[in-house]
Order: sequence, then C-alpha cells, then structure tokens
Amino acid sequence: MDYSGNGKQFSGKVVTVTSGKGGVGKTTLTANLAAALAADGQKVVCIDGDIGLRNLDVVLGLENRIVYDLVDVVEGRCRLRQAMIRDKRLPELYLIPAAQTRDKNAVSPSDMIRLTNELRPEMDWILIDSPAGIERGFRNAIAPADIVLVVTNPEVSAVRDADRIIGLIEAEEKGPARLVINRIKPAMVKRGEMLSMEDVLELLAIELIGLIPDDEGVVTSSNRGNPIAIEGKSKAAQSFRNIAQRLQGHKVPFLELQEDGNLFGRLARLLRPGGN
Amino acid sequence: MHAVLIKPGTDRNGMEISTKFQIKGIREGLLVTLGDAPWEQVYAALIEHLDEQRDFLKGARLALDVGNHMLKAADLGQIRNQISERDLTLWAVISNSPTTERTAQTLGLETRLSKPKPEPAAQDTRYQDGDPAILVHRTLRSGYSLQNPGHVVILGDVNPGAEIISGGDVIVWGRLRGMVHAGAGGNESAVICALDLAPTQLRIAGVIAITPQRRGKSQPEMVRILNGQVVAEPWNPKKKD
Repeated sequence: MDYSGNGKQFSGKVVTVTSGKGGVGKTTLTANLAAALAADGQKVVCIDGDIGLRNLDVVLGLENRIVYDLVDVVEGRCRLRQAMIRDKRLPELYLIPAAQTRDKNAVSPSDMIRLTNELRPEMDWILIDSPAGIERGFRNAIAPADIVLVVTNPEVSAVRDADRIIGLIEAEEKGPARLVINRIKPAMVKRGEMLSMEDVLELLAIELIGLIPDDEGVVTSSNRGNPIAIEGKSKAAQSFRNIAQRLQGHKVPFLELQEDGNLFGRLARLLRPGGN
Repeated sequence: MHAVLIKPGTDRNGMEISTKFQIKGIREGLLVTLGDAPWEQVYAALIEHLDEQRDFLKGARLALDVGNHMLKAADLGQIRNQISERDLTLWAVISNSPTTERTAQTLGLETRLSKPKPEPAAQDTRYQDGDPAILVHRTLRSGYSLQNPGHVVILGDVNPGAEIISGGDVIVWGRLRGMVHAGAGGNESAVICALDLAPTQLRIAGVIAITPQRRGKSQPEMVRILNGQVVAEPWNPKKKD
C-alpha cells in the first residue's frame, strides 16, 4: 500500500507515533524512522510532542544544540526556522524540540495543525513523537496526523493501552492506525512466554507496518544519541529501515525474527496450555 | 435545582441571541442549548460569547444541547477543542439525532444529563416479538462503554476494557473479552451469547461471574442464570449423543 499519497509531492505527510502506555519505544521509533527516511534522501522534521518531559533531542543526539523550542514557536518568541535544529550526520533531518520548563497545556491541537501546515510545503515527512497518555498531549499530537503509528510491546498491558488508543484514533477519524510491535523476543515467543505477533494482531485487528526485535544495541545507540537505523547492521536496525520503506510505499517483506526459520508463534501456540 | 438564565439579548445584526443559544445553570454545571440557526452562526456566536465571558465562565463544566443539528466527529471534536482551550470542559452532548449521539459517545462524551437508571424489572420484556434492541456493527475497543435499556447485538469483537450494560440480552457475533452486564435492570432471565466467550467478567441482573481460563478450542456459548448461578453452555444445535 502506498502511504506517501500519490501526486501530492508538494505536501509533506504528518506521521504521529503514539502508544498510550509509556516506555514502549515511541521516541526510539520516531528517532530511527526519521533517521532512516532522511538517509533515503527525504526531507524530515521531527517534533517532540512531550512538552515537559522531552527526550527526542537526547535520542537524536541534539540536546546540546537547543536554543528555541516548540512553545517558543507557538508563543511567537521565534520563527519556525529558528527552532528547527539541523542534524549534522543527515543534512535533511531536523528536530523541533519540546520545551522542558512548561507543560502540555502550553500548546493546543489547533497550534499543532497551524505549525504542521507551515511545514508541509517544505518537508516530505513531519514526524510527531506523542507523549504517553490520552490527555492533552496526545490530542495535540494526533490533531494534525495523516498517518498514525501505534507502537506496542508484546505485553498484555501495552496491548490493552494500544487498543484504547486505537479506539480514540478511530473516534477522532484519524484512522486507520498502523501497528508497530516493538521489542519482540523470538525465543520467549517460541517458548510461549510472550504474546506472539498473531496474538497481538488478533486483538488489535489493524494493519501491521513493523516488527522490531528486542536488541540491546538499540538502547546503546539511543544513549549515545546515535540512532541505530543510520548505519546499524542488526535486525532491529533493518526493521526500522523497513518501516521507513513501507511508509514510502515500497513493499518490503517482514524480517524473519526466528533464527531457525520457524514462523514464531506457530510452535508456541501448539505448546501453550490454555487461552491467553 | 436553581436555574440562572443568562440575559437573552441581541447581537450586532439584531438577531436574538436566544435563537442561537441559551445558557442555563444546572446541577451538573452549565447547560448550553443551541438554537436552530445555521450551525456556522450558532458556533461562531457561542465561541464569541465564551471569549467575552472568559473570566466569568472559567473552569465551568459545559453540557451542550445541540437540538436538531447533525454533527460529525470533526465538528464535535473542533468544538470540544475550542471549549477546552478556553479552560472549560465539555462533558456531555445532548442531541435529537441518534447519529450525533453516537458520535458524541465515541468521543467519550455523555449523552444524558444524568445517568440513565436501568428500568425496573416491573415489566417483563423478554422473548416478546419485536423487543427493542440495538445493532452495533463494529468492534468495541478498550475504554468504550455501551449502555442500552434494550437488547444489544454486536457484530464485531468486544475487547478487554470495553463494557456493555444492557437491560436485556447481549449477543456478540465475535470474540467477547470485555465486561458485559445483561439484564442490568434486574432481569434474571437475560442471556449473553458469544461466538468466542473469554470475558474479563460477566454480570446478569445482580449476579457476577468470572469465567475460568478456557482450555481447548473456542466455541459459541450461551450464558444464563440457572438456580442462582451463572452457567455457560456450548451452543450446539445438533447434539450428537
């Protein structure tokens, strides 16, 4: 499926990354997706929607270059361009950081729509990193979205929250949302100790756009502010790049996460004693 | 209950404000009743009024009676955003249009000023031809609450965290994993049917049941009260033995 919107090349797409639950990898996905898209030669700007708890700047390694932030733009203390930090590794990657000293109420959904409309003509992709939760920050992040990526982990609590979020996205008519399952541990799935991809999809019933295996390298690269998707050789790095490809409308098969070639989950389901 | 009517006046065009909206104090906050003037006018006048009275209204909880206006999710979302930007809370939308009511419900808004109490079981409504029921053709996701005094039929799944409260029977043509309360008014003969029954909790009338973890394959089941206990039986029209 082509998400890039045929014929609308002058208008950037707004992609919001959200999850409901915290800590499932929204910021990591946003940073890596942005890096992968920019490495493909796309013009990308990421907006950190987590006002008061910003960290997209840290994961992208741009923390020390922040001068102006999102709230400064919204409140007119600077021009949009001034708040856009240009990445040194990838020349067409920009970040608009969140304010750290304010809270979510400093920005409204209509501010976000205005801001993204200003960015659309210049950019190919506008990625918004949503905060956890379903309150104002979430509504800010979702308001301008053309595409919503819902991130979840193969854990019951994360899947519950993802389900709630998908319901809210549908109610706001921002759907259909696409699903990214992050931090899959194939070995645990195989032993039937972790939800399989099939289990998650069965409940959430939305289109899958990414499967990312659990990988310590992702944590290390995030800590160093150097997104793994730029040059990483691991399966996780490749998974991030594949999502970027799919967003651009290319058909990319999902990576085989199980080393021995078994479709993970198939065995697990046979061995598992009960229902969920 | 004390009702405070805010002066009906005229706007610049000489049109009575009251044909656009009225604001009244009620127990639950403020009730804004919208008139039948075109939506754009009503909407603009209301926003203007909220801006003018910003200090006075600050922090108020608003219920919006939209009358005959047919509103889409985008319209309701917009007005809710506008209201919340003015430090007000929109908690309910009352409408004469069932479509608009449903839209409001999907946005998580109340559609009644006070919670409807399930009808007392005085009259026995079961098994008569033509009982009122609603058909919902979608999956109910976590956080969604569906309440109906009559029967409820769902074509889709009921996910964990979603709830259905029905005065009558509940039929789920799909996977039931959320919470269902059938016969909420005290009707003990209400039943719950699902193609795949794995709910977090079931209630029929005043009886609560937690279903054990299912073993083996899923199959259609019907749940009812037998001798004071909630019992689930496989739905098997052609019994072999």
